[in-house]
Amino acid sequence: MKASVGGYARARDLAHAFDLLAAANGMGRVIAGGQSLVAALNLGLTAGDLLVDITGITDLRGVRVEGDHLLIGALTRHVDIGSDPLVAEHAPLLARAVPLIAHDAIRNRGTIGGSLAHADPAAEFPACILALGATLIVEGPAGRREVPAADFFVDVFETALDEGDILTGIAVPCIAADERHGIEEATRRAGDYAIVGLAGVRRAAGHRIVAFGAGPRPMLCGAAMAALDAGDLDAACAAIGGELDPPSDTQGSAAYRRHLAGVLLGRLAAQLGDPS
Amino acid sequence: MTDAFRNRIDLTFTVNGEQVEATVPAGRHLIDVLRLDLGLTGSHAGCEHGVCGACTVLVDGAPVRGCLTLAAQVQAAEVWTVEGLTDTGAVADLQAAFVARNALQCGYCTPGMLVAAKALVERETVPSRAEIREHMSGNYCRCTGYEAIVDAIETAARARAGEATE
Ligand SMILES: Cc1cc2nc3c(=O)[nH]c(=O)nc-3n(C[C@H](O)[C@H](O)[C@H](O)COP(=O)(O)OP(=O)(O)OC[C@H]3O[C@@H](n4cnc5c(N)ncnc54)[C@H](O)[C@@H]3O)c2cc1C
Ligand code: FES
Ligand code: FES
Repeated sequence: MKASVGGYARARDLAHAFDLLAAANGMGRVIAGGQSLVAALNLGLTAGDLLVDITGITDLRGVRVEGDHLLIGALTRHVDIGSDPLVAEHAPLLARAVPLIAHDAIRNRGTIGGSLAHADPAAEFPACILALGATLIVEGPAGRREVPAADFFVDVFETALDEGDILTGIAVPCIAADERHGIEEATRRAGDYAIVGLAGVRRAAGHRIVAFGAGPRPMLCGAAMAALDAGDLDAACAAIGGELDPPSDTQGSAAYRRHLAGVLLGRLAAQLGDPS
Repeated sequence: MTDAFRNRIDLTFTVNGEQVEATVPAGRHLIDVLRLDLGLTGSHAGCEHGVCGACTVLVDGAPVRGCLTLAAQVQAAEVWTVEGLTDTGAVADLQAAFVARNALQCGYCTPGMLVAAKALVERETVPSRAEIREHMSGNYCRCTGYEAIVDAIETAARARAGEATE
């Protein structure tokens, strides 16, 4: 099927993008890499949108360190997250997630901001961002605000972004010397969205384990985290399934996903250096 | 609709080294501009939602999905398709290996396969068979069963690295 689009405009800078979105009267839609949006247009899931192309706003692309945070521009592409030396050094979880996302040709255009704004419950970056306790930087007609990852993901494909808002960047706390990162997922074919997956961070302050593909949004697994903090991996693996709210679909039943989460947690704990 | 939004977009970009000027509908895909407007029917449109890889072309040197790229977004970009890559000989060794290893039957998937494989054989290291499978996992073939495609890419990658193949 062919995309039905109401119009298209290239934003010169953020101010221009806000003007365009305001002028679109509710029909405006940001386009970044287009790797989810154009697929949705092709499927006829959305039609008549006035597309505001933000990919020319070069300030929103790239990675830098500021104090004890890594600042990642929303337009940074998956492929660049995967190869950036600063990401590898300060937020290795994100670099390790990249090969799990889609395929080379999609990673060459898809952006981290697009992935987070799209908020597919089975996507890797939203889960990683929550596991890292990152902050999302949102700008809109009313100004700039910072949204903790825990408040950003609301429901399936739903975030804290309001009409006219643009996600401009993500601030990720740089990894500490004794911190470990890991990610595990189950898929039927390479590049598929996860049937279920886990992103994990082990810090001096404790574990942060986030499940994806296991509910309407990425979910922090508090019981499993507490058990891991207490050094009881068996209890953590037994507990995690019960904390999730997974769907049943053609990929697998909810019970299967709960089971898989326990299996994946065992593998994740090995990545995090937890005693088995 | 405001003035700032356009239904038809004026574009200047290059395809296979030649400058192209076109005016396209806002929602037109790169793959349709290539196939329908420019008559370059080498790249194919299969699923049109990013899954099959038949539409894979190079934009600024990197493989992308022609069906998930709006033509409006390739302003000033350099696009290469299987036609241009054939003319320059950039994938001649891959094409010869595909023929020698019977890596195509109907050929529908092949232009996308060649573009995806090109990026892999240009890397510095020779990929393992597992790496080839992983890299090519976004390109579907309904005929060959993949084994021969992996063989062909492995042959070309090793030859480029100066290694003998059995
Ligand atoms: C076949 C296929 C397989 C895939 N597999 C996976 C996978 O396994 N894992 C995974 O995580 N993803 C997967 N993806 C999705 C891919 O990662 C997308 O690139 C990503 O989800 C969207 O990024 P984008 O830049 O292309 O956004 P777009 O498609 O341009 O936009 C997506 C949505 O976000 C909004 N948006 C984009 N940027 C911003 C911004 N800065 N501020 C506000 N709103 C914004 C848009 O309005 C739109 O609603 C897959 C896609 C395809 C086609
Ligand atoms: S037609 Fe583009 S991926 Fe199938
Ligand atoms: S050769 Fe027919 S689809 Fe691959």
